[in-house]
Amino acid sequence: MSSILIAIVVLLVLASVFGIILGFAAVRFRVEGDPIVEQIDALLPQTQCGQCGYPGCKPYAQAIADGDAINKCPPGGQSTIDALADLLDVDAIPLDAEHGEEKPKTVAYIREDECIGCTKCIQACPVDAILGAAKQMHTVIVSECTGCDLCVEPCPVDCIDMIPLPVTPANWKWPAPVSDPSLILTDRGRGQLLQGASQ
Amino acid sequence: MALIHLSSPHVSKANSTARVMRLVLLATLPAVLALTFFFGWGSLIQIFLACTFALIFEACALYLRQRSLRFFLSDGSALVTALLLALAIPPMAPWWITAVGMFSAIVIAKHLYGGLGQNPFNPAMVAYALLLISFPVEMTQWNAPFVLIGDSWQALPSLSQTLAIIFNSSQALALDAYTGATPLEVLKHKGSLTTEEIWRSSDVLNQGVFAWYGVSAAWLMGGIFLIYRKIMTWHAPLSMLVTLFILASLFYGGDPSNFADPFVHLGVGATMMGAFFIATDPVSGATSNKGKVVFGIGLGILIYVIRTWGNYPDAVAFAVLLMNLSAPFIDQYTQPRSYGHKHSSPTRGGHR
Amino acid sequence: MSRIFSFHGGIHPPENKKQSLGADIRLAPIPTQLILPLQQHIGKAALPCVTIGERVLKGQKIAEANGRISSSLHAPSSGIVTYIGPQPVPHASGLESDCIVIDTDGLDEWTALSPILDYQSMNKMDLINHIRDLGIAGLGGAGFPTDVKLHLGDDHIVNTLIINAAECEPYITADDALMRERSDEVLAGIEIIAHLLKPSHILIGIEDNKPQAIKALDHALRTSTLNIDICVVPTKYPSGGEKQLIQLLTGIEVPSGSIPADIGIVCQNVGTTAAIYRAIFKGEPLISRVVTLTGYALGHRQNYEALIGTPFTTLLEAAEVNRKALFRLVMGGPMMGISVNDERIPVIKTTNCIIAATKDEMPPAQPAQPCIRCGMCEQVCPASLLPQQLFWFAQGREFEKAKHHNLFDCIECGACAYVCPSNIPLVQHYRFAKSEIRTEEFEQQKASHARIRFEARQARLEREAAEKELRRKERAEAAAKQQAERKLAEAAPKEVSTDEEKATQLKQLKTAASVARTKLKKANDALKNAREKGLEGIDKLEATILLLEQKANEAQQAWIDAGGEQN
Repeated sequence: MSSILIAIVVLLVLASVFGIILGFAAVRFRVEGDPIVEQIDALLPQTQCGQCGYPGCKPYAQAIADGDAINKCPPGGQSTIDALADLLDVDAIPLDAEHGEEKPKTVAYIREDECIGCTKCIQACPVDAILGAAKQMHTVIVSECTGCDLCVEPCPVDCIDMIPLPVTPANWKWPAPVSDPSLILTDRGRGQLLQGASQ
Repeated sequence: MALIHLSSPHVSKANSTARVMRLVLLATLPAVLALTFFFGWGSLIQIFLACTFALIFEACALYLRQRSLRFFLSDGSALVTALLLALAIPPMAPWWITAVGMFSAIVIAKHLYGGLGQNPFNPAMVAYALLLISFPVEMTQWNAPFVLIGDSWQALPSLSQTLAIIFNSSQALALDAYTGATPLEVLKHKGSLTTEEIWRSSDVLNQGVFAWYGVSAAWLMGGIFLIYRKIMTWHAPLSMLVTLFILASLFYGGDPSNFADPFVHLGVGATMMGAFFIATDPVSGATSNKGKVVFGIGLGILIYVIRTWGNYPDAVAFAVLLMNLSAPFIDQYTQPRSYGHKHSSPTRGGHR
Repeated sequence: MSRIFSFHGGIHPPENKKQSLGADIRLAPIPTQLILPLQQHIGKAALPCVTIGERVLKGQKIAEANGRISSSLHAPSSGIVTYIGPQPVPHASGLESDCIVIDTDGLDEWTALSPILDYQSMNKMDLINHIRDLGIAGLGGAGFPTDVKLHLGDDHIVNTLIINAAECEPYITADDALMRERSDEVLAGIEIIAHLLKPSHILIGIEDNKPQAIKALDHALRTSTLNIDICVVPTKYPSGGEKQLIQLLTGIEVPSGSIPADIGIVCQNVGTTAAIYRAIFKGEPLISRVVTLTGYALGHRQNYEALIGTPFTTLLEAAEVNRKALFRLVMGGPMMGISVNDERIPVIKTTNCIIAATKDEMPPAQPAQPCIRCGMCEQVCPASLLPQQLFWFAQGREFEKAKHHNLFDCIECGACAYVCPSNIPLVQHYRFAKSEIRTEEFEQQKASHARIRFEARQARLEREAAEKELRRKERAEAAAKQQAERKLAEAAPKEVSTDEEKATQLKQLKTAASVARTKLKKANDALKNAREKGLEGIDKLEATILLLEQKANEAQQAWIDAGGEQN
C-alpha cells in the first residue's frame, strides 16, 4: 500500500517540477516571431489585384492565417502556392481555376491618343503606377506596374492594354536543358502517355 | 547553322560513361586471369552466366520502365556489376546463385531505386550479401586452388567437370573433392589454437594462401591501372587499406597469438577487390575527396571489426553496405571549402 | 621572380592556338556598314548622341555613357548614321538590342583628336575622365568600364596590379599576338595605370605556352623604370579567370561576394592596357581591337585588327570562310564563348575571338546520360564546388539548396561539363538555376516594393478621407451658420442694393422671357404641323400651348415689372 502511495507522490512531485520548468521556459524563452500574417504577406506577389476575392494581398494573408485555402492567387502561381505550403507545412495544391489562371507577367499600357483623361484608372491603381491629371493624358510607370489589370475595367474608352513584358537581353533567362524525351521518360510523362493510349 | 541556346562549353573531352565502364572491365582482367589460373574454369563460366543474366534483367527492367534499350544498355554499367559479382562468388557456385544474385543486383538494388546513378547501395554488394545470408552453404564453398590439390593446373576440374558442377547440383558430391575452406574461414574457426599453430597446421594457410595473395595482387594491379587512368581517385582505396593495416597491426602487435597479421588481412578475402572496385563505386560512395577518405576509413574499421568479431568470415560486403548507408551523412559534413569562402558552407542536406 | 601558387582543379583541353599564330595581325577591311550595340559593357546602355542622317567622323562620340558604370561609344569610321534601333547583337539569347548603324563612306576621315603627351603632370581625375570619355572598357571578358577600376576612391588601397595575359582559353591568340607585336604599347599602358593606381607590385600573369610573347615583354621591360614581374604560370584552363589568376599569383582568394579591389588587387587585361596607351598618347577612342579568326571552316586563320561594329560576315569573308564546312559559329573561346546564329552580328569591345568550327571540331552534343556521381567534375572545378550536387539541385529546382552550395561562386568556366562522361550540360543547368534565382529575387524585391507603394497609397487614401471628412464637417458648420444669417436677412425686406445686381437680375429675367417665347413658338409650330398632317394628340398640344402662353406672359410681365423695356 505504501509503495503505491510513494509512487503517486513521486509522480506528482515530478509532474509539478517539470510543469514549473516548462512554465518558466515558456515565459523566459518566448520567441517573438514574425506574426504569421506578415510572413504570408511577404510570400504573396503584392499585385493587390483582388483576384483571390479579398481587397488586397494583406487581407488574403490574414484570411490564409485564419484558415482559407492557399491556392487563390493566380499572379503568384504555383511557386507561391509551393512557398506557402512550405511555410504553413501543408500540402501544395494546384491553383484554384475559379480565381483565374497563371498568366505571363504583363504591364498595363495606355494608348495615349485615345485617353480622355478621366482619371478612373488612376483611382483604380493599387500601387499608384499611373501618372496623369483630369483632362490630361495618362501614362503607366512601367517599373511600378504590377500587372494586376485592375485599371482595365474602369477605363470608359477601353484604351488600356495588358501587354506581356518584352524579353530583352537584360531580362532573358537561360532555359533548362531539355533532355531527349525518348531517353528519360519521367513517371509523370509516362502517366500521360498511358492516359493518351487509353483514350 | 548553329542553334541559339547552345550553352558553352562547345567542346568536350572524348569521354563517356561507356568508356569508364569499359576501362573498369579491362581493369578486372588480371583478376579474371588470376582466378582462372588458381581456381579453374569456374570464374569464366560465372562471368558468362552473370553477364547474360545481367543483360536480360537490365533489358527487362528498362523495357518495363519505358527507357530506350539501346541507349541505356550500351553504357555497360550492368556488365560491370555482373563481372564484380561473378568474381566475388565461389567459382563453383551453382548457376541459380548467379541468377538470383543478378536479379537482386540489377532489378532490386538498381532499377527499383531509379536506375543508373540513383542506387543508394552498391548493386553487386547487395546481391552478394543477400546470397551470403540466404545460401550460406553454397556461398562459402570455394574450391581449393590447384596448389593445394596437385602440382599443376591439371589437377583442377576440367571444363566439362566444372560445367557439370555448376549446372547440375545433384553432382554436388563431386564438388566435395575440390572444395576447401578459405584462409579467412580457417582463421575464423581456429578454436583454441594460436595463430601460429593454426598457420602451421593448416595447408590452406601455409600453402594455399599464396593463391589468394596472387588474386589480390591481380586486383591491386587493376586498381592501380584505374587510378593511373584517372577513372577514380586514390582516396577511398588508400584510406581503407591503411586503416585496415593499422588496425590489424595494432591488434597483431598487442596479441600475435590471437589475431591475424596485417598482411593476411590485406592479402586474403575480398580486401583488394573491395578497396579498388567496390569502395570506389561513385554512385553509392561519398562524393568529395575528404568524404572518400572518411568513407575508406569507415570501411577499413568495419571490415576489421566484422572479420575479427563477427559471424561471417569475410566482411567487405557488409562493411560496404553499412558505409553506403552513411554516405549521405558523410557528404553532408565533408563539403569542400569553396573558393573565396572561409569555411565549407553550412550543410543543409545533400541530395542522394 | 615571384612565387607561383596553384588553384584547385582545372583542365588541359587541346590548345588549338598554333593555327592562328602563323601570320602577323592583319588589318581587317572597313565594312560598308558598322553596327554598334549601345550595350557592349556591364552596366547601363549608352545613350545615343547622334541623329539619323548625321554624318560622323572616325573617332567621333556617337553615344554617351549613362551613369557611373557605363561606357561611351565612338564611330569606328566616317560615314552616315542610317538607323538607330534593334539589331542582332552578340548575346547568348540571340535576341536583338538597340544599336547605332553607320553606313561608311570609305574615306575613314578622322575627327580631331586630343592626345595627352605629358600625362604625368596632369590631374589624375582629368586623366581618368579622359579615359572614360574615350570609351575604354575591359577587353578581356566582361567589358567592365575601365575608368571605374582606375578610380577606386580613398577607401581602396591598391597593393597589387595584375595584368592578365594568361589567355587560357583554347583557340584564342589575340592577346598573344598583341604582346608579340605591340609589347611597347602594352608596357606604356601599364605605366599609365601604375601612375594612376600607385601599386606596390605589378605582376603580369602569362601562361607558359606563349614563349614569344614572354620574350617580347621581357625585352620591352628592360627600358622600364617600374618594378614589373612577369609571372609565368603553367598552362591550365582556367588560369586566366580573374579569381584564379589572383590565386595563382598571390595565393590569396577573393572572398565570395567581394571584388578584387576589396583586397587591394586590381586586374587589367593586356588588351585594355594597349587601349589605354592609345587613348592617352594618341587620343584615339576604343574603336578597334584584335580579333582571332580561327576554326577549320576558315581559309586564313589569323589575328585581325577589326573595327568595333564590323559584322562577322565581313571578317569571315576576309578570312575566306568555307560556308559548306561551317557548322558552328562561336564568339569567344570554345569553353565560355557564345554560339551565334546570325552572321550579321557585329564585333564588340569584348569580341576576342570568332571560331568558325566544322562539324568535326565542335560536334553536336551527345544526349545526356544519367549522372553516375563519378566526381570528375569536382576534381576539375576551379572554385572547389560540388558540381554534381549543384546539378541535382538545379535539375530538381531546389534553388535554395543550390544557393547554399555556393552556386553563385560558379564562374561558368565549363571545366565540369568538359570532363563529364555522361555529357550532361552542367553549365546550362547552373545558368538556368542562376537566372531562376535572380528572377525570383527580383520579383521578391518588386513585390515588397509594390507592397510599400500599396501601403503608402492606403495610408494616403485614409488621410485624404479623414481630411475630406473634416472639410465636410467644416462646410456643414459654415452652411449652418449661413443658414442662420440668411434667416436673419430674410426677415428684413429684400433690396436690390446695387445697379450691377439689378442689371444682372434684369438680364436673367430677359433670358427667361425669351426662352419662354421660343418654347411657345416651337409649340405653335408643332401644333401647326400636327394639324396639317392630321396627327393625334392635338388637344394635348393645345393644352401645352396654353400653359406656355401663360408662362411666357408671366415672364414678360416680370421683366417689364423689373424695369425692362416694352418689347
